[in-house]
Amino acid sequence: MELVTPSIGLVFWTGIAFICLLILLKKFAWKPILTAIHEREQSIDEALNKAELAKNEMARLTTQNEELMKEARAERDHILKEAKALKDSIVHEAKTQAHTEGAKLIEKAKIEIENQKKAALAELKSQVSSLSLEIAERVLRSQLEDKAKQQDLVANLLKDVELN
Amino acid sequence: MDCSHVFKFKVNRLIVVFALFLAFFSVASPAFSQVDSVVVAQDTAVVAAHAEGESHGAKHGAEKFEPTKVIMEHIADSHMWHLWGHTSLPLPVIVYTPAGLDVFSSGNFHHGEHDYTSAKNTYRLVEDKVKIVGADGQIDEAASAKLLDFSITKNVAAMFVAIALILIVFLSVAGSYKKRAGKGPRGLQSFIEPIIIFVRDDIAKPNIGHNYAKFMPYLLTVFFFIWFNNVLGLVPIFPGGANVTGNISLTFVLSFFTMIIVNINGNKNYWKHIFLPNVPFWLWPLMVIVEVIGVVSKPFALMIRLFANITAGHIIVLSLISLIFIFETVAMAPVSIAFVLFMDVLELLVAFLQAFIFTLLTALFIGMAVEEHH
Repeated sequence: MELVTPSIGLVFWTGIAFICLLILLKKFAWKPILTAIHEREQSIDEALNKAELAKNEMARLTTQNEELMKEARAERDHILKEAKALKDSIVHEAKTQAHTEGAKLIEKAKIEIENQKKAALAELKSQVSSLSLEIAERVLRSQLEDKAKQQDLVANLLKDVELN
Repeated sequence: MDCSHVFKFKVNRLIVVFALFLAFFSVASPAFSQVDSVVVAQDTAVVAAHAEGESHGAKHGAEKFEPTKVIMEHIADSHMWHLWGHTSLPLPVIVYTPAGLDVFSSGNFHHGEHDYTSAKNTYRLVEDKVKIVGADGQIDEAASAKLLDFSITKNVAAMFVAIALILIVFLSVAGSYKKRAGKGPRGLQSFIEPIIIFVRDDIAKPNIGHNYAKFMPYLLTVFFFIWFNNVLGLVPIFPGGANVTGNISLTFVLSFFTMIIVNINGNKNYWKHIFLPNVPFWLWPLMVIVEVIGVVSKPFALMIRLFANITAGHIIVLSLISLIFIFETVAMAPVSIAFVLFMDVLELLVAFLQAFIFTLLTALFIGMAVEEHH
């Protein structure tokens, strides 16, 4: 029975000692320790949050970069395409122009050739007529060198005329 | 009373803590076995001394070993702190009698063999109790009944040692928190911090709720006070060995504080639950009585639980040691030592577990008292 009977002395000292311990520890131990732990936990949380934010920011930047790259690539492709089209059109235009120009030149050349041909033909004709006249003159001259022959010719001519 | 959240406890974390404890024991087992041999040597010396003392006292030549008497003497409080053999540390005796306050050393009793006469009374130590001796040389029972003994007994002194140790440990830890603000824990800090966080996150937060911070100092103080005293009680040599937490006075004070804190902080839901319980009206008188008893029985259970667990541990260890003297053979010693070693390791676990349970139930009772809605 003695074992389960509280003794006044021990109750008294325990009470005083425990209250003193509680006050001392509360003021000098638990408060700084719990505050420090709490602050550290908060700073860790904050750091983690910041890291998360930075990660998101990085991801955002990366996607942005990728988008920019994609855009740039598309722009480049577009520009190249345009340039190609431009080139094609220029080449095409040049070709058609050259074509028409050529055709025109050919036409001109043809006309020139025609003109030249006509001139040449006309010249040829006049030369042929003068040559034939010369030939005829020379022939006549050679034919009519002696008198006899001249008379023959005249006779012949007269004969022809008579025939007519 | 919804206690399910107690069982939904973070079992994993609990397992980790116990695993760490067991790991600690296994690492420290060579050390413990050494300590244990000291325990055995110490206890052997003690028991032998007692046996001798008895033979001195009896002077009949019959050396009868009485294990119950020896064990009870070790479990109970004392006015001297037995060190070894016949050497004891005398402790101050402070008694308040109708004649006034008397303070003197218990060394004056010479182990109860002499009376001590102060200016006010003559005192005699009977079975480690201070009694007043009348003029006729007999014990004056009427005056002794009025005597209030405020002595610094073995348990009080051991408790002071534990408190000093707690203050040294936690003030230095708090100092290192200030010195190393914002940095990770180191040394003693890293041993203490997980336990503080364990008390906060697994005891206070789940049981009390968002208002837990207000009760943290009390819960932490109770936890470490019980734990340090439990562990010191297991140390067989001088500053330890007292059955401090196995003394009903101490557990009474602690559970009394718990009761005060719970009832001071009880909100209107708590009092409504007690005086206007939600039951059919004809059950009402019965339920009010039951609830009012519950207010007292909850801390009462705390008191008995801690006292019984720690006292039982001490009794078992001492009984196992006593086996050697009951069988009166050295051959029994290895068996006793093996069992004592096992019990000591188990008691280390119990030391933590009882501190944990006391704190957990305190937090649970506070939580029930401050619960906002039903």
